[in-house]
Amino acid sequence: MLDFSLSDEQKAIQQVAHEFAEKEIRPLAAEYDETEHFPEEFVEKAFKAGLTYPYVPEEYGGQGMDFLTACIVGEELAWGCCGFATILNANNLGSTPILLAGTEEQKRKWFGELTSRPTLAAMALTEPGAGSDAGSVQSTAVREGDHYVLNGTKCFISNGGLADVTTVFASTDRSKGTRGLSCFIVPKGEGISPGKKERKMGVRASATYEVILDNCRVPAENLLGEEGQGFKIAMMTLDKARVSVGSASVGIARAAMEAAVDYAKQRVQFGRPVAEFQAVQFMLADMAIQIEAARLLYMKAAWLETQGLPFTKEAAICKTFCSDVAMRVTTDVVQVFGGYGYMREYPVEKYMRDAKINQIWDGTNQIQRMVIGRIITS
Amino acid sequence: MNMVVCVKRVPDTAESEVHIDSSGKGIETGKLSFRMNDADNYAVEEAILIKEKIGGTVNVISIGDEKSDEQIRMALAKGGDEAVRITDPALEGSDGFALAKALAAAVKGMEYDLVLTGALADDDGCAVVGVALAELLGVPHAAYVKKVEVLEDGKRIKVGRELEGGLMEFLEMDLPAVLTIQTGINEPRYASFKGIKAAAKKEIAVKSVADLGLDPSEVGEAGSWAVLESFSYPVVGEKAEILEGDPAETAAKLAAILKEKGLV
Repeated sequence: MLDFSLSDEQKAIQQVAHEFAEKEIRPLAAEYDETEHFPEEFVEKAFKAGLTYPYVPEEYGGQGMDFLTACIVGEELAWGCCGFATILNANNLGSTPILLAGTEEQKRKWFGELTSRPTLAAMALTEPGAGSDAGSVQSTAVREGDHYVLNGTKCFISNGGLADVTTVFASTDRSKGTRGLSCFIVPKGEGISPGKKERKMGVRASATYEVILDNCRVPAENLLGEEGQGFKIAMMTLDKARVSVGSASVGIARAAMEAAVDYAKQRVQFGRPVAEFQAVQFMLADMAIQIEAARLLYMKAAWLETQGLPFTKEAAICKTFCSDVAMRVTTDVVQVFGGYGYMREYPVEKYMRDAKINQIWDGTNQIQRMVIGRIITS
Repeated sequence: MNMVVCVKRVPDTAESEVHIDSSGKGIETGKLSFRMNDADNYAVEEAILIKEKIGGTVNVISIGDEKSDEQIRMALAKGGDEAVRITDPALEGSDGFALAKALAAAVKGMEYDLVLTGALADDDGCAVVGVALAELLGVPHAAYVKKVEVLEDGKRIKVGRELEGGLMEFLEMDLPAVLTIQTGINEPRYASFKGIKAAAKKEIAVKSVADLGLDPSEVGEAGSWAVLESFSYPVVGEKAEILEGDPAETAAKLAAILKEKGLV
């Protein structure tokens, strides 16, 4: 049995998220893209609006949405601006290890802190020498009595350094590669600090930092799961993150297409709106085709998660397809705008810059193809 | 404080092209999205703010078909307590006065101290319903309200009305009363998912005109003072003067024209 309709509650929160994106994000998007400042007041607004930690259960202080509903909200926020949406998505990414691997006590404690006020969370896995190859993580965690001492440098961390809580992946046994990775809950404080702030091509409202761990002592009770389970926790977290990347990509593509349709209907050349020329109309049609398919993919992957079914393959398919669609659609949207599209005065070159990262983060689209290939040939 | 808020489902026409439908008495709505009337959204927020401050209940009323449940539930999700939807084919063709009769009949059956409506509907822009409702209920009203303060005994309120040029007129009023709320009076909140889920479980009482004790002839065209004849597009003016010359010249010519016509 198939049912493509959203529930009344899903439609209502979709409308709320859309209105929030329209009123609180869009008016600021160009300014923060230009200045690369971090919009702190936005975090407060999102908190007040009930849009932070969407799929954390209500009993832990979250919004209690199922994962599909959270992704629908994510599409709307990214429709507003993917940079702003990234701030909240990084919160999800950073706190999901606690949700997936935390004990009851850990979940109550840390979500109690994260959800009681406007907060940021971050996930710190990537290092200069360990991107796609997570087994090469150099950061170490050494047990000393009832503490672990963490050392190392993480890079490209969204919300990194600013986060109230960072889930840090470090090796407790370098000889074991990925099987030696462990995950720690690290609160803001002594031993963890922001390094260089990255200057990015897109999603510039979100802050991306290096994260420096310098003899960072965390209580042993902050270990998530057991020693050596870090890689598994990271992969489970990334499965969800990849679906979120898919929904955000659809949000960008949709925003760009809407801009192209409006422009093509107004822009007159050779005495007619350019939308009436088949060359342009076919480009717009191709955008609609791709976006429709992409949305169905992220919804299918998210739906599998809500049913408790395996979705690793579908998450990788969704992430790859949706982000590739966002890249193609936004590139074509710039083309539809012609010379104006290339100018920063118009919003569409930003869509193109924002789209690109989605093909890279949370596992490059090449890594996704490896994941998919391994699953279908195993 | 027992409060009633009236909300209306309206098409979102801010960024859409509006076309007259084949009946000539309506617009094509197929491609339009719908939302709560802007000023009503502020009225809902004001009621909830008062409830949060001094306690009480917020009853939501809307006239419309079952699609209006979307807007009613949004008001419930933000903090409304109960809801009534007035649905009856007899209401077709009602003017603001006839709609106010139906609302008054519903409000009379409730305990109320304060009724809040939006000052103006975004679709027909009549600004009639709230004021007519007060008249029919036999209670005082204030229109275009931009500030509400409940006075200590809870039996009176002080309201600020927005006048031209940013002037505010302050009035003290006895309760019960009707206020038509102007946009900008507050910052409407966003409904949370928890609120949306709680609202989904609430019952919306659906009432016909007869349920409210009215005869169908009291509403619709028969019960209206004004009857909508037709919509038409504004006639495109014929006279347009194109100023020629370089920017400095055209600016000087434009300034001269504006001065001559006494517009600056």
